Amino acid sequence: MKELICIVCPRGCHLKVDEENGYAVTGNSCPRGEQYGRNEIKDPRRVLTSTVKINGAAYRRCPVRTSAAIKKGDLFNAMKELNGVTLTSPVKRGDVVISNILSSGADLIVTKDM
Amino acid sequence: MRYELIVIGGGPAGLAAAISTHKNGLKRIAVIERDREAGGILNQCIHNGFGLHRFKEELSGPEYAGRFIDMLRDTEIELLTDTMVLSITPGKKVVCVSPAKGYNVYEADSIILAMGCRERTRGAIGIPGDRPSGVFTAGTAQRYLNLEGYMCGQRAVILGSGDIGLIMARRLTLEGAKVLACVEVMPYSGGLSRNIAQCLNDFGIPLYLSHTVTDVRAQNGRLCGVTVCAVDEKRHPIKGTEMDFECDTLLLSVGLIPENELTREAGIEIDPRTNGARVYENMETSLPGVFACGNVCHVHDLVDYVSDESERAGKAAAEYVKHGEASGAALEIKAGSGVTYTVPQHIRPGNVEKSADVFFRVNRIMQKSAIVLCSGGAELARFRREHMAPGEMEHIMLPAALLKNAQGEITVSTEEAQA
Ligand SMILES: Cc1cc2nc3c(=O)[nH]c(=O)nc-3n(C[C@H](O)[C@H](O)[C@H](O)COP(=O)(O)OP(=O)(O)OC[C@H]3O[C@@H](n4cnc5c(N)ncnc54)[C@H](O)[C@@H]3O)c2cc1C
Ligand code: SF4
Repeated sequence: MKELICIVCPRGCHLKVDEENGYAVTGNSCPRGEQYGRNEIKDPRRVLTSTVKINGAAYRRCPVRTSAAIKKGDLFNAMKELNGVTLTSPVKRGDVVISNILSSGADLIVTKDM
Repeated sequence: MRYELIVIGGGPAGLAAAISTHKNGLKRIAVIERDREAGGILNQCIHNGFGLHRFKEELSGPEYAGRFIDMLRDTEIELLTDTMVLSITPGKKVVCVSPAKGYNVYEADSIILAMGCRERTRGAIGIPGDRPSGVFTAGTAQRYLNLEGYMCGQRAVILGSGDIGLIMARRLTLEGAKVLACVEVMPYSGGLSRNIAQCLNDFGIPLYLSHTVTDVRAQNGRLCGVTVCAVDEKRHPIKGTEMDFECDTLLLSVGLIPENELTREAGIEIDPRTNGARVYENMETSLPGVFACGNVCHVHDLVDYVSDESERAGKAAAEYVKHGEASGAALEIKAGSGVTYTVPQHIRPGNVEKSADVFFRVNRIMQKSAIVLCSGGAELARFRREHMAPGEMEHIMLPAALLKNAQGEITVSTEEAQA
């Protein structure tokens, strides 16, 4: 039995996941919590949010995120990929910076018009 | 120049309020923002978790703000950036200054205050020790890193467990710094539990509850270490519990203060518990035709609620301009046992169509409990909760019918179920 806090919404339900019983989840207030609890034990993932360099804009950094959650263990490797990127203004919200980052299936996207 | 509405502050509150007023029929609207772009504090909150309620999506701060900025652009609302409001008068004159247009006085039929918050600084809480560089508020460090691209340091301790501090713990770690500890003087965290989980636990950063920083040391003018100590129930440091951390950075995440200098100067009544204007059910302040919403009114944890509240203020401003002052007797909403404050502080039942929203915070962590509403000694209603915490704003809706049964005041209090 593993205890976790659901991070899907601000309610922060305290979940219990039973690995021996088909990853049965209890303590969740909604179905998203059940899914999160199961995934968190089998294959934990996070959305990565960070910035990359940008030239020609009002500020020197452009905010980016992965379009979907990537493997938790890949977060620091993904950060290394970001270090090599320099954008040039203009960019638009949703523009793809790195497609299929670390073969995760998720893209790295711009989150602000700059 | 005369406007039907002037909104002061172009953060999420100001944007949502202006758009809502426009939807409700006003045309001559200006949003005045001192920064070079709209979006407010969301521009530096690059992490995700915004908009789950409103858009059913997990957006980052800039994406959430961007959607509102796009909506604003589709209207004739004027956005005056790089413009600082210096004062407002009880006669609704707005005095402002900008590099492009200089000093100007605009007249307004109605005003919405949406100036947000600023962070409590070190001076405001008084930590003993040296005064070196390397001590930042968490929001300042966030702005340096996320907008300007400057890293504040390599080994950090975070004082206070507010959400901004927690978010910065993760952010610094991802950028290669070592975050040694998050230290909280209260026995519970001021931040959301999801942020404890995904910002501290994910990276093995320890959270010391009932602890505080008791000394700050410097070498050559730069922070080189802090001492952390456990505290007793009265928040006094306990001798013998000292821990030393070698660090070049101390981030303070010790709370936000609504930015209400303009409000005070205009003679608008302030509630000492929220540090924001006292408001009615429609977010109107003690000065008719002047409304307040978002963090300037009370500190919010979720921007989704900021947008909702601001839309109500926007609608009310449109009503005021079109139909004049709301009238009728007001009930006072009082904070009872276990409740720190309520917003609104007054409700005019005659001005409530279906129901009135009431937001409040509790003063300690409560398990199974009830929110109890009383008036004139009689119980009006009771709402059950499984869990309440000071870090999480509570919300109840009071139906118009219930308000009719109230006499002069309604007291909101909490009752904890006996285990
Ligand atoms: C540093 C910091 C970090 C935060 N991080 C998070 C987070 O991670 N997640 C979260 O959900 N919430 C966070 N919050 C809370 C967040 O502030 C609110 O959810 C929301 O942004 C409040 O919106 P607002 O429009 O009321 O205030 P703000 O976003 O603060 O906007 C107020 C605007 O008014 C402008 N202004 C102020 N005074 C004047 C003047 N005199 N003249 C002209 N313009 C003026 C300011 O420049 C600013 O743009 C954070 C708050 C702060 C202070
Ligand atoms: S279980 Fe559902 S309600 Fe509870 S925190 Fe997770 S998403 Fe939110």
